Amino acid sequence: MTLELAVAVALFAGVVAYALFGGADFGSGFYDLTAGSAHRGSELRTLVDHSIGPVWEANHVWLIYILVMWWTGFPESFASAMSTLILPMLLALLGIVLRGSSFAFRKFAPTIGQARLYGAIFAGSSLITPFFLGTVAGAIASGRVPAQGRGDLWSSWLNPTSLLGGVIAVGSSAFLAGVFLTAEAHHADRGALTASLRRRTLAVGAVTGAVVFAALIPILHDAPTLADGLTGRAAPLIIASGLAGATALALVAARRYGPARISAVAAVASVISGWGVGQYPWLLVDEVRIADGGGADATLAGLLVVVGLAGVLVLPPLVYLFRLTQSDEWVQH
Amino acid sequence: MSLSLLQEVLPHAVGLEPEGLLPARQQMALSLGWHIILASFGVAFPAIIWAAHWRGVYRGDDVALNLARRWAKVSAVLFAIGAVSGTVLSFEMGLLWPGLMGPYGDVLGLPFAFEGLSFFVEAIFLGMYLYGWGRVPPKRHLLMLVPMAIAGVVGSYCVISVNARMNMPVGFRVEDGQVVDVDPWAVLFNPGAILQFAHMWVAAYMVVGFTVAGVYAAGMLRGRRDRHHRLGFTIPFVFASAAAVVQPFLGHVLGLRIAEAQPAKLAAFELATETESPSPLRLGGLLIDGEVRYSLDIPGLGSIIARNSFTKPVQGLETIAPADRPPVNITHVAFQSMVGIGTLLFVAVLVYWFVRWRGRDLLDHRWTLRAAVAAGPLAVVAMEAGWIATEVGRQPWVVYGYLRTPDAAGDNPQIWILLVATAVLYTGLTVGAVVVLRSMARRWRAGEEDLPSPYGPESAAAGGASRPHDRGPEAS
Ligand code: HDD
Ligand code: HEM
Ligand code: HEM
Repeated sequence: MTLELAVAVALFAGVVAYALFGGADFGSGFYDLTAGSAHRGSELRTLVDHSIGPVWEANHVWLIYILVMWWTGFPESFASAMSTLILPMLLALLGIVLRGSSFAFRKFAPTIGQARLYGAIFAGSSLITPFFLGTVAGAIASGRVPAQGRGDLWSSWLNPTSLLGGVIAVGSSAFLAGVFLTAEAHHADRGALTASLRRRTLAVGAVTGAVVFAALIPILHDAPTLADGLTGRAAPLIIASGLAGATALALVAARRYGPARISAVAAVASVISGWGVGQYPWLLVDEVRIADGGGADATLAGLLVVVGLAGVLVLPPLVYLFRLTQSDEWVQH
Repeated sequence: MSLSLLQEVLPHAVGLEPEGLLPARQQMALSLGWHIILASFGVAFPAIIWAAHWRGVYRGDDVALNLARRWAKVSAVLFAIGAVSGTVLSFEMGLLWPGLMGPYGDVLGLPFAFEGLSFFVEAIFLGMYLYGWGRVPPKRHLLMLVPMAIAGVVGSYCVISVNARMNMPVGFRVEDGQVVDVDPWAVLFNPGAILQFAHMWVAAYMVVGFTVAGVYAAGMLRGRRDRHHRLGFTIPFVFASAAAVVQPFLGHVLGLRIAEAQPAKLAAFELATETESPSPLRLGGLLIDGEVRYSLDIPGLGSIIARNSFTKPVQGLETIAPADRPPVNITHVAFQSMVGIGTLLFVAVLVYWFVRWRGRDLLDHRWTLRAAVAAGPLAVVAMEAGWIATEVGRQPWVVYGYLRTPDAAGDNPQIWILLVATAVLYTGLTVGAVVVLRSMARRWRAGEEDLPSPYGPESAAAGGASRPHDRGPEAS
């Protein structure tokens, strides 16, 4: 494996991790937004608070990891992607800022009125961010970011692949979050809450699954290079994703929430990896290959050191944090 | 206003610079200036909380424990907006400075990757610490602050090392316009970076220590003189005092490097229009139409302070090509404000502790308390002024001697819209944070220790805490 490829793989692993962990965080905004009045929704909103509170900042750092690996490892493509996709990037950023801060504010808001304001901002912006990040992915995957300079400010992300990418990002985030929240409500013995979350998760999952497969048709026309990859090299992953998604739905329907979480994660992880494998060997599809886009070799090697250190220094505490939040003392309190 | 002043303040308005540059600069200054205050809390607050928490756990001091618990809740709010404002910066590096990140991304980037690692660690332990109250055994809970504090230090070291490398470029060469021979590690162990970091690190303790202490001083001014307020004042004030005492020395050593690294910056700091040996120290003053006005000159002292010598001159602006001169007045005023405030705070804490050592308690005097309240904002001003001095003083370069700022900026005039939007957004966030923090303080004073979830009494029903004293700061 070349240095460039190794760094690209490490970078993409970050994308998958962000889609899963960040996605599950963002997705919970969907349920928060649709939970109803302050009175009716309070049980669910408190569950959301409780469930993402300890982990959201850590989950957010995956995005920082992606950006830093990208601009350090593949600087030219970062510069052109940023200037081409400035609008969706800024909108995603707006969502990130509003969401993080209003989530923190809501927790300590003195009145219901303020809590509702912050809560609405939190929940709304939770949907904005994955949507626009999805359009960014679509722009890159459909070959609309030039190797150098700036592509079209608008059509680069207002096109079928980008828009579908956005919808898929929102849907799969909401599906993941739904499975996790249902499992958590179940674990905490909240019967009514579990039932309502289960119903909504099933609906979200069915719709998202349908969209993902329906999207393949416009993508075939709009992004031929990616389509070749998706129907060729990446086909097993796409099929695996479909199977895992269907399994997750069936498990939720059967009230087997623990295993449902695993298959939901597998479904989202394989659809995202499918995109990565599908667009290989391109960094910016049709424009720059991974092999040609790398920065200085010494820097790429340095990045691999960082990745190695991350495995030693970051993963163990991260696992510990997640185990802690799933332990009985934390869930029951 | 004379034309030269106008040019300095509004170069764009007089048609000297490409479009997109001025808004990009303003944007960078606004977002960094905002982030750096919250980042200071990320750097310094964990250690201060640790001190209070330690007293609570190991000395059985309930007042201290309670302070630690409240500070943890405050930090939950501050760190959240600190993290999002840092994310804004990561995007902006690419959005505003494509000419920097394209060619130099792989030169500058590696420390950022290490920074990312430390933020990971910080965020993970932050989550555990904030939610660990009542859920993790006390001693282990206390330990969770340690990786947080270390990660805050390492992370900011990495960022500062990027900045140091822009000031004193090392670890690459430029050949035919191409960046070659990149050694991304060189900067991490660069002595300039270490000094610059030390200065910033200590600044963070001043900012946070004086600000937190000031909150309790304000309480005492309103007649709340219980032990809670005294301890809440003393713990952060000890940290801030230690920092204020060492800061002028660090700043001085840092300044000594500038004569060689960036003579133009030093000339602007010292308002040295001509090379004089020995150079005077110019207090105050502005450069108006090429003349220094309104300054108080102390003969010889400039050489002593800036060069550690009785004779070595400060290289004057006349030796620097006009195109390579920074905006002199902004740099000079910012620099002197920082040094002035630093000296003032240095003297003030020395007096305070001396008098206290002689057995008198200055906290009984209202003027002492007022001064203590003012110290926090003053430290913030000093820190901002320091950054303005370093950053504006480096102009017209982004990477000193290699890349000019206009070449780093994009050609996006729409960035004005972004700037306005950011200003509005940050104002909103500031207001939100102030409203929430004040309401927390008010409810604490009213005896509501746990700040229940705002979703009404039903909230206790979901994932909710049952016994109030067990609740974490999220009060779920
Ligand atoms: C990692 C790098 C980095 C760091 C840690 C800082 N800066 Fe900086 N700053 C830049 C990287 C930079 C830059 C991107 O390189 C700019 C843009 C133009 C320039 O020369 O430097 C800049 C410009 C810039 C300007 C505009 C200068 C002008 O008028 O041309 C100001 C006022 C500041 N910065 C203020 C700050 C503050 C308050 C900081 C405190 C955190 C700070 N900078 C840290
Ligand atoms: C160009 C400059 C900078 C960039 C790109 C940057 C980037 C970031 C990012 C991405 C984060 C969020 C990490 C997270 O999600 O937890 C962050 C937070 C932080 N930054 Fe910055 N930063 C910059 C300047 C600084 C400076 C100058 C300092 C310090 C001296 C600093 C110290 C911190 C700290 C301590 C945090 C953690 C805040 C918290 O969550 O507690 N940063 N920064
Ligand atoms: C008498 C006191 C002080 C002296 C002599 C001093 C000196 C300096 C010098 C020479 C620089 C420029 C470094 C460069 O351009 O490379 C600087 C920058 C800076 N100063 Fe100070 N300083 C003092 C007090 C303070 C105080 C009180 C604070 C904050 C509370 C502070 C915060 C900063 C910051 C944040 C920077 C920019 C970052 C850096 O270069 O480290 N300084 N200072």
